[in-house]
Amino acid sequence: MSETKVTRGWADQDKPRTMHSELLEINMGPQHPATHGVLRLLVKTDGEIVHSVTPYLGYLHRCAEKIAEGCDWRQWMVYTDRFDYLAPMNMNFGYAVAVENMLGVEVPERAEHIRVICAELQRIASHLIAVGTFGLDMGAWTPLLYCFREREEILNIFERLSGGRMLYNYFDVGGVRFDAYDGFEADVLRMVNVMEQKLVEYNTLLSYNKIFIERTADVGVIDVDTCHQYGCTGPVLRGAGTPFDCRKDDPYSIYDRFEFDVPYGTGEQGTVGDCWDRYMVRVRECFESCRIIRQAVAAMPGGDVMSPDLKKLVKVPAGSLYTRTESSKGEIGFHIFADGGSKPFRNKVRSPSYSNLHVIEKVGPGMMVSDLVATVGSLDIVLGEIDR
Amino acid sequence: MQVMTDLFASIFGDSMSPTALLITGGLTMALIMSLVMALCAIVFTWLERKVAGFLQSRYGPMRVGGFHGVLQPVADMVKILGKEDIIPQDADKALFMLSPFVIFVGSLMAWAAIPFAPGFIASDLDLGLFYIFAVSSAAPAGILMAGWASNNKWALYGAARGAAQMVSYEIPLALAVIPVVMVTGSLNMNAIVEAQGGGIWNWFIFHNPFLFIGFFLYFIASIAEVNRGPFDMPETESELVAGYHTEYTGMRFAFFFLAEYANLFLVSCIATAVFLGGWQPVAGPVFAPGLVFVIKACLLVLLQMLVRWTLPRLRVDQLMHTCWKVMVPLALLCVLGSGIWMMVSGELL
Repeated sequence: MSETKVTRGWADQDKPRTMHSELLEINMGPQHPATHGVLRLLVKTDGEIVHSVTPYLGYLHRCAEKIAEGCDWRQWMVYTDRFDYLAPMNMNFGYAVAVENMLGVEVPERAEHIRVICAELQRIASHLIAVGTFGLDMGAWTPLLYCFREREEILNIFERLSGGRMLYNYFDVGGVRFDAYDGFEADVLRMVNVMEQKLVEYNTLLSYNKIFIERTADVGVIDVDTCHQYGCTGPVLRGAGTPFDCRKDDPYSIYDRFEFDVPYGTGEQGTVGDCWDRYMVRVRECFESCRIIRQAVAAMPGGDVMSPDLKKLVKVPAGSLYTRTESSKGEIGFHIFADGGSKPFRNKVRSPSYSNLHVIEKVGPGMMVSDLVATVGSLDIVLGEIDR
Repeated sequence: MQVMTDLFASIFGDSMSPTALLITGGLTMALIMSLVMALCAIVFTWLERKVAGFLQSRYGPMRVGGFHGVLQPVADMVKILGKEDIIPQDADKALFMLSPFVIFVGSLMAWAAIPFAPGFIASDLDLGLFYIFAVSSAAPAGILMAGWASNNKWALYGAARGAAQMVSYEIPLALAVIPVVMVTGSLNMNAIVEAQGGGIWNWFIFHNPFLFIGFFLYFIASIAEVNRGPFDMPETESELVAGYHTEYTGMRFAFFFLAEYANLFLVSCIATAVFLGGWQPVAGPVFAPGLVFVIKACLLVLLQMLVRWTLPRLRVDQLMHTCWKVMVPLALLCVLGSGIWMMVSGELL
C-alpha cells in the first residue's frame, strides 16, 4: 500500500463509508518483551510493514542530574551506577575520570590497572547480555541462558571485589574504594580463559546459524552518515564500518599502553551496518577485552589504590570540562560544571543509548515488525541510561 | 473402538443392545482419548521444561513432587484453575468464549483415527489419514476467532500470522504423506501401519529415497503446523507479546495450552504411524505394540523440543517463502519421484 492511498483513506472518513484502509497504530511497550525495559514505541503499521516509529521516553526518569546538584562530588558516584545498570563499572569510570580531569589528580598505578580490568570485565558482561537478549529477540532462548551463566562468573568476581552484584559503587574519585582481594588476578585470568572458549561456542550456536543470519543480515542497515546525524557511537557506529573507539582515539586512563584492535562492521554477511554487523562487533569486542585484561593483569603493580593527596570532601576548581569515555554502549560523556564548591553546579550526561535509540525513527519505516524488533535489539539500549 | 465394544459385550453379555454397546464403547474411547490429551499436556509440559533446562545448563522444576519436580504440571493446573477468568470489555464475547473449544475439539477429533496398537483405534476409518488432516484444519479457524474476538492488536497480528501459517503448511504436510498412501494403496491408518511390518527396513521412511525426504518434509511442516519454534510465528513472545492468546487467562488459556501439547503429540503420532512403522517393532515379532508406538512418538516429541530450544525463529515472510517456494515443490517432487520409483521397481505391477 502506498502512502497516497493511506492519506486518501484518512481523508475519506467524513464521507459516506467506502472501502478504505487505515494504518494500525500499536503501542510497543512500555510493557513489551522486545523493548528491553520501559521504552514505549508508538508504531504505525500497514499489515506487517512498519510505517513509522516514534520512541517515547521518560518511564525510568529519576532526575539523576538534578540530584547531582545536591550531593557532593563523591556522593554522586552511586547515581552513575544506576545509569547503565548493566555496565555500572563503565559509568563509574566515566564520572571518576571526568572529576579527576577537573582536579588534575594522579590516580595510583594499581588503581588504574584494577579499573581497566573491571571496566573490561564489565564490558564483556554487558555485551553478553546484549548478545543474549538479541538472540532472544530472534527467538533463540538458549544462548541467553548461556550468556547469563558466564556473566554470573564476572559478577562473582565483582561481588568479592566490591560487595555488590549489580550496582558496585566501586570506583571513586582518585582511585578505587577497596584494594583487590587475594587471588583476584587468578580469578580474572580463569574467567578470561573460559570466556574465550565460550565465545567460540556462541558463534557456533548463534552467530553463524543460518536462520540467525537470515534474520539479521541486510536488516536495519544504519550507514555512517545516519550515525553522524544522530550521534550514534559505540557498536552502532563501529558496526557501520567506522573503527572509532574512545579507548583508542581519545585515550583515557591507561588504555594507550595496551595493544588491542577495534572491531568494525565489514558487511561480512550482507550490508555494512546491518544488525549482524552490530551484533558481531560486540562479540569481537569481547575477545579484544580479554586481550586487554590479560595485559593489564600481567602488568599489575602493587601499591596504593587511592590517591593520597585527596581529602574526603573534594572541592573541584571552578570551570567546566567535557570528558568522554567508552562504555559498552558507546561514548558516555560527563560535562561537568563546577563553581569551586564541594557540590557540582551541574552535571550533564551524554548517554550513548539515548542517541543510538533515536536512529530507529529513521531506519524503522519500511521494515517488517519482526525486523523492527531485531533492530531495536541490535542497538542494545538500556533505559536507565536513556532516562537517567 | 472395537476393543471397547468387545470388552463391554464380554462383561454385560446380551443385556446390552448393539446400539447401546456402540454408544458406550464410543464414549469410553472418547474419554480415553481426552485423558490421553490431558496426559500429554501434563507429561510434555514437564518434559519440555526439563529438556529446556538440560539444554540451558540448568535444572528446570525441581521442587514439587519430590523427584525432579514431577508434580509441577499438576501444581500449575491447580493454579491455573484458580485464576480469574477475564473477558475483555470490548471483546466479542461469544467468539472469545468459543474459540478455545474450537481449537481443542479440532485437536481431539483427530485422535479418533490414531492406531495406538492393533485394534486399539477409536474409529477405524477407511479414510483415516484424510480425516485427520480434515479435522485438524479447524485449528486456524479457532485461532482467527481468538485473535479477532480479543479486540487486541497483538492478538490480531498473531491470529493473522497463525492462520496464514497453518493454512500454508497444511499443504506440504499433506503432500508429504501422499507417497505413503500411494505405496499402501489405502488411507486407513491400520492398513498403513500393517504394511510396514517385519523390521526397521520395511518402515516407509526407508521404503524409497523419496519417502525418506518426505519424512523430513513432514517433520518440518508438522513443527510449523503446531506453531512451535523455529516456526512459532503466531506467538513470537518477543514480538507479539503472546500472539493470539494474549488476552486469555485461566482455564481458557489452559485449553490453548492443552491443545498445543496435544497437537505436538498428535503430529508425532501421525509421523510414527505413517513413516516409522507405528506399533511395529524395530525387529522381531510384535511386542507390546502400544508401548512401542508411544515410545516412538515420544522420541519425535523430544526431537521437536530439542529443535525448539536450539534454533532462532524465522521471520514471517521467510516462513512463507520456505513453505511455498521450497517445501511445496519438494513435496510435489517426492510424489512424482515416488510414483516413478514404484513404476520402475515394479511395485505397481
